[in-house]
Amino acid sequence: MPRRSVAGSIVSVLDVTDVVVEYRRPGRDPVRAVAGVSLSLDAARILGLVGETGCGKSSLARAAVGLVRPSAGSVRFNGELVTPLGRRTRPMRQTRLQMVFQDPFSSLNPRRKAGEQIADGLAISGKGSSGQRRVRVGDLLSQVGLPASAASRYPHEFSGGQRQRIAIARTLAAEPTVIVADEPLAALDASIKAQLANLMISLSRELGAGLLFISHDLAIVRHVADLVAVMYLGLVVEVAPTREMWAMPLHPYSEALIAAVPRLDRIRALPAALPGEVADPAHPPQGCRFHPRCPYVFDRCRIESPPLREVAPGRQVACWLQEQGRARALPRAQRPPA
Amino acid sequence: MSALLVLDGLSVWLPSREGQVAVVDHIDLEVQPGEVVGVAGESGSGKTMTALALLGLLPPHAVTEGRAVFGDRDLLKINRRELRHLRGRDIGMVFQDPMTSLHPMLTIERQLTEHVRYHRGVSRAEARRDAITMLEEVRIPDPAGALNAYPHQFSGGMRQRIAIAIALACSPQLLIADEPTTAVDVTVQAGILRLFNRLRERSSLSIMFITHDLGVMASIADRLYIFYAGRVVESGPTGDLLTRPRHPYTRGLLDALPHPEGEPMPLRPIAGAPPAPAARPPGCPFHPRCPYMLASCAVDVPTLEPIGGGRRLACPVDPLREAS
Amino acid sequence: MSLPLALPRQLSRQQRSGLSSAWRQPLALAGIAIVVSWILLAILAPLIVRGDPLAQDFPRFLPPSPQHWFGTDGVGRDVLTRTIYGARISIPLALLLVSLSLLTGSLLGALAGYFGGLVDELVMRAADLVFAFPTLILAMAVLAALGPGLQNAVLAIVVVAWPAYARVVRGLVMSTRGADYVNATRLLGASARRALVIDVLPNVAGPVLVLATLDLGAAILLLSGLSFLGLGARPPAPEWGSMIATGAQTFNFWWVGTFPGLAILTVVLGFNFLGDTLRDALDPRTSRDIRQRVL
Repeated sequence: MPRRSVAGSIVSVLDVTDVVVEYRRPGRDPVRAVAGVSLSLDAARILGLVGETGCGKSSLARAAVGLVRPSAGSVRFNGELVTPLGRRTRPMRQTRLQMVFQDPFSSLNPRRKAGEQIADGLAISGKGSSGQRRVRVGDLLSQVGLPASAASRYPHEFSGGQRQRIAIARTLAAEPTVIVADEPLAALDASIKAQLANLMISLSRELGAGLLFISHDLAIVRHVADLVAVMYLGLVVEVAPTREMWAMPLHPYSEALIAAVPRLDRIRALPAALPGEVADPAHPPQGCRFHPRCPYVFDRCRIESPPLREVAPGRQVACWLQEQGRARALPRAQRPPA
Repeated sequence: MSALLVLDGLSVWLPSREGQVAVVDHIDLEVQPGEVVGVAGESGSGKTMTALALLGLLPPHAVTEGRAVFGDRDLLKINRRELRHLRGRDIGMVFQDPMTSLHPMLTIERQLTEHVRYHRGVSRAEARRDAITMLEEVRIPDPAGALNAYPHQFSGGMRQRIAIAIALACSPQLLIADEPTTAVDVTVQAGILRLFNRLRERSSLSIMFITHDLGVMASIADRLYIFYAGRVVESGPTGDLLTRPRHPYTRGLLDALPHPEGEPMPLRPIAGAPPAPAARPPGCPFHPRCPYMLASCAVDVPTLEPIGGGRRLACPVDPLREAS
Repeated sequence: MSLPLALPRQLSRQQRSGLSSAWRQPLALAGIAIVVSWILLAILAPLIVRGDPLAQDFPRFLPPSPQHWFGTDGVGRDVLTRTIYGARISIPLALLLVSLSLLTGSLLGALAGYFGGLVDELVMRAADLVFAFPTLILAMAVLAALGPGLQNAVLAIVVVAWPAYARVVRGLVMSTRGADYVNATRLLGASARRALVIDVLPNVAGPVLVLATLDLGAAILLLSGLSFLGLGARPPAPEWGSMIATGAQTFNFWWVGTFPGLAILTVVLGFNFLGDTLRDALDPRTSRDIRQRVL
């Protein structure tokens, strides 16, 4: 059942429903990198997914495009189940579900020219003659801000930012309606990040494509995303429109995350630290997974894990502090000195 | 008060296919006792090479020029034995990647005490006691147990704390930290920044903090040097520099960064990319990307001049004055 | 939309085609010179030395002299002629041998690496079985079953040599298979076969080529070794190994065995130099990448 978008109309293009991604390790306990996540991405919308190490966002990204088979739950693209890539070839209609990878150095084949790789999407679907494909590659290159002459060069001749542009051009060749970007800016310089962030935003708007933007960098996500989902230890703990999340985070972890980001307007003010460490995903805490580090913890938190519920229009939280239908701002807790 | 570290016209040349290339180009920099000096820059700016030059860790065939005076000795001129004594005892260093900065096959105790015993000649028992104290300082839980453990048993953030403990074990006067929080989560970073702050408040530790993250600089640095393409383009007290940036690159960088505070504004990137060391343009290295460029900028290399208030600027155009 | 970004300076043609200063090293030049010379000698043998390698026209055991540069052997044949004609046996056979091993080994290794599971198990256990035996002994055992002769010797060596290729190719395929660029093409709708052929194999070809070139030397040694033991080439064929065997029986007439031995030595060295150079030439791109990122 497709979920409703923020605006109320049913236009979701990617539906992740109760997805669990579990890795088995020989001789050790299995790890649930993703422990039951449901998300919905709408056309022409940008959903940011943030979280720190061990939260499972990368595993979720790979499950969302079918690189990894979910151990439970389903991923639907335009209502149709996404077949995981195995020996089977991805059907053409599902190639409109695309991914941009984190590492620009390993996402391009070092031995093939940039133009050939961008043309892959066209060649595989058999669209047009080789001449027409060459023209299209030129168009795609200019769409990502590179000259047409880039087509005849090899990946190692480009900088990291340029390689990411080539990788993006390659996905554009498939005319995507959903792009899952897994930390696409992480390996880039600060001044280049801005260029690529703007590029991804404008492409999403131009193409009407949904963009699932995964990053650990909250500040960038704040600029890029319409909606933000926060993950902790395999679960989504909060979903909200970006502006509202920043103004009033409802989950203690979201609050801590925002407070930990260094700010340029507070000179010499140290960002707040979060005590404790992320638990091992193979052995998550009982009850609410965040409770050992939560400044507002009470008894119920230690026993029962709170479900993700809608507490206000467009806002979902998984926290016992919040009640259905009433979003309560968090008390400002004193941070213990680090 | 005499400066702890003075870099005077420091340059580093590396051999490349295109001949000798200056990756660090006449840097002037100072660190006073007890202060945190931030060195900010992107890739190719020469910030890491500067740190390596100070510690004698440059790649072979590197050529240095200029002076790097620490206390009363020029680090570029002293012999290797003296440099080895300085490293670890008077100058500590913390690197970026917590996964590779600790030796995977040695216990924490060994890594914490080996150089202490070498430099200070103390007994094993005493070194062990000091090591436990250091681990408590950096807030490692169960320090005694940690001594017998190996690096892979710790998370990235913990490893970075251990690396800091190792760097500070001999109570050096200067700590050089090269992107120490870049590879860890933001909440872990906050903890490590607070740790640095605590450490420098308790002793008169000076820190040379290298990072590309201006937000981190804002929270921890007293003074800031902005590096671009191997040169210092601007320097001064952190607050003043970040609220009133004078160099076009600094302004461009601040506009290109997402600010966690205030209204989300569209990011205004700087066109182009930082030049590779071998491909630096003539004149001011930033001029091809500079919106305020004059004809002379393509020819004259601007020098770092004081402009009052402890600020120094290498630019003939002052965008602030232009704007007002 | 912002203007197209300036691209880095066009790399020189030499840099773009992957050739690097590795080819200009003395060892590389020596390797190329030796191998090319021997191949020319093998091809042009009838034009270079007059006379028949099998002709027993001359006085026996003549020491090296201006008429017979390498002397004559125990039945009156000119050693120089036989040594040069030996190249026409050893070199083509070695090339054939390495090609066969390469093809079988790579194919099996690629299948094992790409599909994993049962296929992988079968191939790897077979390879382990071969690895468990010393090379020469196993080749001799196979030959004993097939019967002696040059063709069977080739077959025997292929049986012994394919696992090395399989193992290398399997490893490379496994590591490339998981690479993001392979995933990217699969997401674009590429079949597993297309991904294997277009993305995985070209990255595998380089190291395999290095292995093959180095293997050429080993193949010649093994072939000669089998012939030396009487299991490969049979007299009167001018094969270097059997020539050494005959020469070893008459050590005081040192020239009979020494020159074929030197021939083997130089050919094998030449291929080894070539293989080492190939390996260096294929590596620098990665090390250059790493160097550029350190700053």
